[in-house]
Amino acid sequence: MPEKRPAVLDVKDIETVFNTRRGTIHAVNSVSFSLEPGELLGVVGESGSGKSVTMMSLIGLLPTPPARVTGGYVKFDNIDLLKADAQQLRAVRGAKIGFIFQDPMTSLNPVLTIGFQLMEPLRTHMGMKKAAAKKRAVELLDLVGMPDAERRLSDFPHQFSGGMRQRVVIAMALACDPKVLIADEPTTALDVTIQAQILELVKDLRRKLGMAIIWITHDLGVVAGIADRVMVMYGGQIVEQAPVRELFENPQHPYTRALIETVPDIGAERPERLRTVEGQPSILYARPSACSFRTRCAHAFERCGKENPPLLVTDKAHHVACFWDSATGEPRNV
Amino acid sequence: MSETSAAPLVSIEGLKMYFPIHAGLFRRHVGDIKAVDDISLEIFEGETLGLVGESGCGKSTVGRATLRLYDITAGSITIDGTNTSKINQADLRRFRPRMQMIFQDPQGSLNPRMNVADIVGEPLDEHMSLSRDERLARIHELLDAVGLNRSFANRYPHEFSGGQRQRIGIARALALNPKFIVCDEPISALDVSIQAQVVNLLEDLQKKFGLTYLFISHDLSMVHHIADRVAVMYLGKIVELAPRDQLFNSPLHPYTQALLSAVPEPNPARQNTRVHIVLKGDVPSPSDPPAGCNFCTRCPKAIDICHHLEPQTIEIEPGRFAACHLLESATKVA
Repeated sequence: MPEKRPAVLDVKDIETVFNTRRGTIHAVNSVSFSLEPGELLGVVGESGSGKSVTMMSLIGLLPTPPARVTGGYVKFDNIDLLKADAQQLRAVRGAKIGFIFQDPMTSLNPVLTIGFQLMEPLRTHMGMKKAAAKKRAVELLDLVGMPDAERRLSDFPHQFSGGMRQRVVIAMALACDPKVLIADEPTTALDVTIQAQILELVKDLRRKLGMAIIWITHDLGVVAGIADRVMVMYGGQIVEQAPVRELFENPQHPYTRALIETVPDIGAERPERLRTVEGQPSILYARPSACSFRTRCAHAFERCGKENPPLLVTDKAHHVACFWDSATGEPRNV
Repeated sequence: MSETSAAPLVSIEGLKMYFPIHAGLFRRHVGDIKAVDDISLEIFEGETLGLVGESGCGKSTVGRATLRLYDITAGSITIDGTNTSKINQADLRRFRPRMQMIFQDPQGSLNPRMNVADIVGEPLDEHMSLSRDERLARIHELLDAVGLNRSFANRYPHEFSGGQRQRIGIARALALNPKFIVCDEPISALDVSIQAQVVNLLEDLQKKFGLTYLFISHDLSMVHHIADRVAVMYLGKIVELAPRDQLFNSPLHPYTQALLSAVPEPNPARQNTRVHIVLKGDVPSPSDPPAGCNFCTRCPKAIDICHHLEPQTIEIEPGRFAACHLLESATKVA
């Protein structure tokens, strides 16, 4: 991995809340991370852990109200995206930061041809003329491995299969050569053999185009295959962050360890029973003043209920937010 | 867990389930979607048969047709000594207590206007005549069995999380002491840490009540954990059926091999040693399957004969079945 290059995206202490009838829900609590050029950052967590909300907060994609980003900054291209006005944001979204959503059917407009939808960002962001945009659209579809690209420009989304639709969405996200691509569970709605095709495609595109990618998923297997670095989220916070091999070989947070253990491994001996994490994530009606995993944690002790553990740097660029030391099995002295 | 010498509890022979396509002004019958096209299998008492395949391959249709939720096109189904394939729906009610189903979407399969006691108690009202106290006692017993608090009996489905809702669905399926349960993707709507809880519960219940499962899933790693034998479906046909360890350790059919290699590997250290078979293209439409072998359009090993002759299912070793021309010639040579 390249060292010491300036980060393309620098996120600091971001906070997002949702105002609901039952009270304010603190979905993202002081999340900071940075993304290096060309890096693929995997973000893992269960539903409700705040992984999608964090990424959508970055570029103002959350409907306000009910959502509100209450603090922090997002440095991208020398501007703070959280303070940017609508016009500045529009120039960034789709052009410099591309977004791929989970469900390819709902992120495409069913009544417009995919040719029109592919050419739209090219014409608005890059000011291309129709003929040039069309040529580029064909190139993009070729790039994502769509057979017979030119003819298919006039087809509508329903004429494509799920995997092909996701390729169209990827082509759209790549249209303006973004510096950062945020992919929110892009393969969850697809079958395994199609997922394998898309993963190969993304690896290949990264080699060719070299953009930085944030890949949100709940599937540890997917992350293991493509990420350089992994961030594990729980209760709207980052609980662990490490380079991919380090994380899988030496998981330190009890939640990460549990996540890795609950996934049955078809390459290994079959255990008599699956390891489980009992209970379920709690909903945060207040800023967490204690560790939000403590109620499900096997190692929780007194301090976990009193303070919220900060993200500590252990070694090898490994960060963990836990008072329990997995190496010694004892509470940490910090 | 299971003895292959035991008598089959469920045996399906030549099952076909076609859904007619009507088109044109007079809604003429113009073709069929061959969702399930001539499959045969046996499920032994006390075992779990895993049924895997991609979406659209007909695995859920097999589950539903086995319980006669559809009027089948052809074939025979024998459950617990009774041939249920020709009985009309009204008379089938007598047999329903023996065979039950757990559905994929715990939200959609529970009536939001009924409380837990009524949902779990409905099968009791339909099929048994219990006094009020007996009924309540049975409901409490069922809630205990699936690990739900008895005080939840008066709550409504929306008050529960996904995992708890699935437990309610399981309690309902158990209400009449069935012998055979079809689990149709029971965990795919749940988070990873919750999936393991539900799978463990299903295994515990199987031991306790001597249940037989048909476990339908697209998640191969979960099937590897729970199933005793596994059947792999592709485009309405079973391409391979084998005991779990044999199927996962040495898959015979090219589709099974590709499917297993597409499962994301959760261990980055093993990532590089794995052979990846990435299939080209998509699954053909079941209304117009290709001539010859159904898999010939995507098979990396297809030879001439595959494009015009349909392979027969052959027993390669005792208990191991596969349908592939390559295996036929291999066995002939041997």
